[in-house]
Amino acid sequence: MMEEDKEVKPSLSVHGHNIKVTEVLRDGDTLTFLIISQKLSGTGEYHVHRTHSDFEWLQQHLFSQEDVPGIQGVIFPPLPAKVQMNASAKVMKQLGFLGLGEWQLYCKALETFLQQVASHTILSTNRTVEIFLTSTDPPGRQRVKKNIFNRLSQAVEEMRKEGHKDVDEFFQTERDHNLALSGYTRTAAERFLDVVLTEQKIAVACGHFSAALHLCVEHGEDPDKQAFSKTCVKLSEVFDCMKKNMTNVAEKDANSLGLGLDLRSRCLDAEKEMLFRRTCKLVELENATRNAEKAKPLKKAAMEEVKKAAETEFNHISGVAKDEIVRFQGERVKMLQQTLVQWCEQQLHTAKETAEQFDQHLQAFRGMA
Amino acid sequence: MADTARDPPLENTDFHELEDGEDLFPEPSATQETGPANLPAQYISANLNGPKQDSLFDDDPEDLFAEATEEVSLLDSPEREVLLSDGPSPAITPITPPTSVINPRVTLAHDDMFTHSSFDEIEEEEGGDSFDIHISVSDPEKVGDGMNAYMAYKVTTKTSLSSFKNSDFSVKRRFSDFLGLHSKLASRYLHIGYIIPPAPEKSIVGMTKVKVGKEDQSSNEFVEKRRSALERYLMRTVKHPILLKDNDVLQFLESSELPRAVSTQALSSAGLLRMVNKAADAVNKMTIKMNESDAWFEEKQQHFENLDVQLRKLHISVESLVCHRKELSVNTAQFAKSAAMLGNSEDHTALSRALSQLAEVEEKIDQLHQDQANADFYLFSELLGDYVRLITAVKGVFDHRMKTWQKWQDSQMLLQKKREAEAKLQFTNKPDKLQQAKDEIKELEGKVQQGERDFEQISKTIRKEVSRFEKERVKDFKTIIIKYLESLVQTQQQLIKYWEAFLPEAKAIS
Repeated sequence: MMEEDKEVKPSLSVHGHNIKVTEVLRDGDTLTFLIISQKLSGTGEYHVHRTHSDFEWLQQHLFSQEDVPGIQGVIFPPLPAKVQMNASAKVMKQLGFLGLGEWQLYCKALETFLQQVASHTILSTNRTVEIFLTSTDPPGRQRVKKNIFNRLSQAVEEMRKEGHKDVDEFFQTERDHNLALSGYTRTAAERFLDVVLTEQKIAVACGHFSAALHLCVEHGEDPDKQAFSKTCVKLSEVFDCMKKNMTNVAEKDANSLGLGLDLRSRCLDAEKEMLFRRTCKLVELENATRNAEKAKPLKKAAMEEVKKAAETEFNHISGVAKDEIVRFQGERVKMLQQTLVQWCEQQLHTAKETAEQFDQHLQAFRGMA
Repeated sequence: MADTARDPPLENTDFHELEDGEDLFPEPSATQETGPANLPAQYISANLNGPKQDSLFDDDPEDLFAEATEEVSLLDSPEREVLLSDGPSPAITPITPPTSVINPRVTLAHDDMFTHSSFDEIEEEEGGDSFDIHISVSDPEKVGDGMNAYMAYKVTTKTSLSSFKNSDFSVKRRFSDFLGLHSKLASRYLHIGYIIPPAPEKSIVGMTKVKVGKEDQSSNEFVEKRRSALERYLMRTVKHPILLKDNDVLQFLESSELPRAVSTQALSSAGLLRMVNKAADAVNKMTIKMNESDAWFEEKQQHFENLDVQLRKLHISVESLVCHRKELSVNTAQFAKSAAMLGNSEDHTALSRALSQLAEVEEKIDQLHQDQANADFYLFSELLGDYVRLITAVKGVFDHRMKTWQKWQDSQMLLQKKREAEAKLQFTNKPDKLQQAKDEIKELEGKVQQGERDFEQISKTIRKEVSRFEKERVKDFKTIIIKYLESLVQTQQQLIKYWEAFLPEAKAIS
């Protein structure tokens, strides 16, 4: 539950839902992204250039809002990993769909990140979001102090807490559910990526075949030679058509379902992080409670204080978390529905177009003497 | 994971002497040893048991004519590499002709010409006939067990041609029967310039799997591949007007029992002899330098060289496409599975149902990919492979012409020498030797004439064959392309249906 605050929370001066990340400029090894946001009042726009480090700066600031009660219960919108130019194939594979093509999908992922941040009731009030979106100067580069949000450096001991039994059935169910879903979603995304990559390979192979057919064209008066050459040329057109089709299909696959699965996977991971944080707090609370009970009379009061603090924090987190989970579930369903509909419509359109083209070629061949 | 679904289209094994790019039937050695004792003998024999001594000395051309149209076999010098059929007798038994046998060959000059002209007549008759025969190869059945097992195929012929006894009939044949047929046809027609469709390739690895009884997808694919190849082989063979009239072809299609062709086995003595002769032959081929007076032949040879290179490139390209298509099928199936798992773990009902539907759609699409991969393969890849092998046969026929030319030239050179020797003998007092020399010269003159006629005949035949081949090629490709396009259109229509069925499901999620 959101804490009622008498302070006026700073609000964003731009719309959150239609932030766009359009261009990518490459300067050596650094990518710079152009971000366009619409002003709330009037018809103006903000155009700012940001690098991935700037995004990380924003994210760190959002993580470290310790003054916001229950901040750890927030499901933080996932930020795509930094792109390394000339990265190894393994690193690119980890980037998944976002690494395909000329960064269009990557830009889309950044865009979604910003939209989610700017639309989030708690997060959007942070000043850094406003600065990030509107300030022409690049945001400050001061290192923000290390926080517990960075899971990568967590000790094995911390990981064991993940399985710790919950006191609340709602949360236990959600944890179990998240575990299954995030695993399956990641697998589905990986396998779909394999499909898309193979589709691209087929497109390339069709292109090669088409080119090889052109080599078979012979010049000369001989009617048989001419007939064969004509056949080869027409066939190469067919394979060019196939190549275009496959490229299209792969692109549409990546843009819609691929991106959707990738985003879903990363969001589920973000939810997992949040649930883990809460679980850690639960463990902390249970330890504090135990300590308070076992404490000798001298220490008892102090221990009670610690326990009380932990309890309050835990309740705050659980409150925020519950809201977040409800919001998350609703969004997740809507998002997947949109993705599936968009994907299906696009593929249907492509299939119809291609069917017509193939049919035309077939008629042309049949008509050939 | 894609490996199990993939069957390498062209299998090459160590024992597989019919390798891509190599002449299937390299011509016999062109360089003949001088000296009458080693002159390759041309025999016309009624059966293939070897020369019938009586018929050879028979000056009456009539008898030989009667047999000539049926069976002409070439039992050549040991250097011969051609996979000749053996019939009832063992395979390539080199027969060194006794010198006295050389004489009848002069009379045979008439036979050859008549033989060829009778072929011409047949061809002209054929022009009027409509081509109405259809052969299918089906129902592969494993016969026997273990390493002696083999696949028997049902060969069904449907025709209205009068040369057949029935209009709809079937026989059972095994792979070596096909090879045997091909070997007979090759020995009969290749050296006179007819382009014989090459037999499907042997594959020891593939067959061993089948024999051992491995009932998996790759051995099923192998059998299907072979069945299709055998069918194409027979159809191509009967499309040739001369071959359609050939007795061995008729017998192959009609007889219920066929003598087993043993010499086609890779490890038989004939097989080993073939392998040994190949090396010698390759060297010999390089030494023929022909003065090509006919620009048509020069141009055509270059044309076929180019075509060979281009078709091979295309073939490799298509194989890569087939490979990726199969990979796509596998990946799609995997994705379908993971979508199903996802659907199962979703608690939102409509979403769960949509995801399950998605999994089903993807499974269906997987099937489409498989069908498309099969079309890619069976239509294009096999077509291109067939033509690469056919071009090899064409090149072989050109090589035969070169050899025929060489033989003619050699006879001429020999004649020249003999004339010089005779001139010298005039001044010596050796009437016997002089007479012998004169006899030899007379015989050689005949040989030279025959050589020239053979050369002209083979040139004429090749021109006709090449023209027929080129026309067939265009027709063949067009037919296959149309089939392929039809498969593409059909796939797309199916795809549209699947998407249209899925869309409402996706929209229904709320």
